[in-house]
Amino acid sequence: MPRSAYQRLLGVIGVCIVIAILGFLVLPAVVVTIAAFNDKALLSFPPQGLSWRWFSHAIAYQDFREGFRNGVIVTLWSSTISLFVGAAFALALDRYRFRFKNVIEGVLVSPLFIPHFTVGLGFLILAAQIGVANTYMVVIVCHVILVLPFVLRSVYVSLRNLDPRFELAAASLGAPPHRVLTTVTLPLLLPGLVSGWLFAAILSFNEFTASLFVTAQRTQTLPVAMYNYVREYADPSMAALSVMYIVATAALLTFANAFLGLGKVLNVEHSR
Amino acid sequence: MVCRKYHELTRKRPRARARGHHSPVVTNQPYLRTFVTPAALCALAFIVAMAAILQYSVRAYIPGSLEPGGLTLANFAALMKPLYARVFLDTVWICFLTAFCTLIVGYPIAYALVHVSNPTAKSIVLITVVTPLFLGEVVRTYSWIIVLGNNGFINSVLLKLGVIEHPIQFMFTTFGVVVALVHVTMPVMVIMLAAALSHIDRDYQKAAESLGAGPVRAFLTVTLPLSMPGIIAGVTTAFAWTFSAFATPQLIGGGRVNMVSNLVYQLGFASFNFPFAASLCVAGLALTLVVLSALRLAARPLEKIGPH
Repeated sequence: MPRSAYQRLLGVIGVCIVIAILGFLVLPAVVVTIAAFNDKALLSFPPQGLSWRWFSHAIAYQDFREGFRNGVIVTLWSSTISLFVGAAFALALDRYRFRFKNVIEGVLVSPLFIPHFTVGLGFLILAAQIGVANTYMVVIVCHVILVLPFVLRSVYVSLRNLDPRFELAAASLGAPPHRVLTTVTLPLLLPGLVSGWLFAAILSFNEFTASLFVTAQRTQTLPVAMYNYVREYADPSMAALSVMYIVATAALLTFANAFLGLGKVLNVEHSR
Repeated sequence: MVCRKYHELTRKRPRARARGHHSPVVTNQPYLRTFVTPAALCALAFIVAMAAILQYSVRAYIPGSLEPGGLTLANFAALMKPLYARVFLDTVWICFLTAFCTLIVGYPIAYALVHVSNPTAKSIVLITVVTPLFLGEVVRTYSWIIVLGNNGFINSVLLKLGVIEHPIQFMFTTFGVVVALVHVTMPVMVIMLAAALSHIDRDYQKAAESLGAGPVRAFLTVTLPLSMPGIIAGVTTAFAWTFSAFATPQLIGGGRVNMVSNLVYQLGFASFNFPFAASLCVAGLALTLVVLSALRLAARPLEKIGPH
């Protein structure tokens, strides 16, 4: 069917709208990048003089360094724990029948809809009651709970797309369950496991609201340190740090997209 | 009779066989305990944390002490004060506004994401949309402060161009907060809409067009109603996420636009009134539940138009 001028006009308008909205989405990132290279301590547009000094200032700032270190500790622990817990449970969820299946699933998915300040306050009160406030443990447990729904989802999706005949073939050839699991199921699940871990790590490293409640001065993560900095200072160090953040995140996402197919993980494309 | 029996036999046998083959994987359920116990422990930890909030919400506040007092309902009674009721109303209003604006802005992007055939363009759209989701609230909010501030990007550009003489006040206004919040909720909305749109058979729209409907009419009467489940999922999630936002109303609202999250933080960390903060959380949860189920109920007749 030939496209009429009217249809072509609609198409052009549609493309313009989409580009405008994408512009809205990238505007803050672009502006913060410009601001980061501004030589002056006060924000102004257009910037007067360009310099890298805010980048070195941000990297040298003690609170950011400690926040980064704490963030890495918390992120590595919580994303790894949630990967093991989530992958095991996703397997059980997909194949097994057991008591309280729906209850456990419901509770583990609920942090998606429960405000993070509520989750944070809950763990803060709990930690204070059992005397573990100010420890990494409470931060890690809180993060595990918050990122678990995403791990569950990504492993569950790849389980659904897994052809059960491979496992059946292995089993019928005499492989005991643990061999089927380690030589067939887990290797086939690898993309789902990697993307689940990646999701969990990025989200945990960036988690702010709940972290603000459960971290203390000693355990504060990078977003909390950044929040405190924004409240006290107005120089572009924070812009420089934001740029590093944006570049790192976009690079990770591009990597994830190239190797794992972000669209499939997010369920916006069909995998078959 | 014989014929029927033969039929049943042949029909049943392959099924029984399949089950037999499945047995090492399915019926024995190997490692069931190992797989479920860690998750059950996590669920338990979360339940205990939520129970701690419930318990604190009905305890009395003793000024100057971190330990709560005896059982009381005074916290919930205090929620009725105009000062606090106001914050709840404002929060619900901001959540609705954000969810609605996100839907309007997110739909074209989701549509483009599903219908663009060029893989590079698709990847660019996807990564542009998804990156804000992973940036964290603080970085996003800070970036918006630079865009919206009185010396910020928009005001500087408009002043330089001579469009305005005095900076427009975006900071500390509901408008500023909602703009930043829409940016935050865009990724989830687009993901949910795109998931729904990608499951719609494109032949429906083509059928409508071949029957003489223009592209606009075909979209409004066919594609839009079919994407209703995604719209409902997107709006409810956007609502819940906005309710959860803290840094954006705190920094851009600057105390003049307050949401429940800001009040909870203030009560907890400025006046150490944890019992009242806990009761705010409980009321907030109840409110989210009520609004979300109301949204679903209201959307039910609409949803019926969607999937058959």
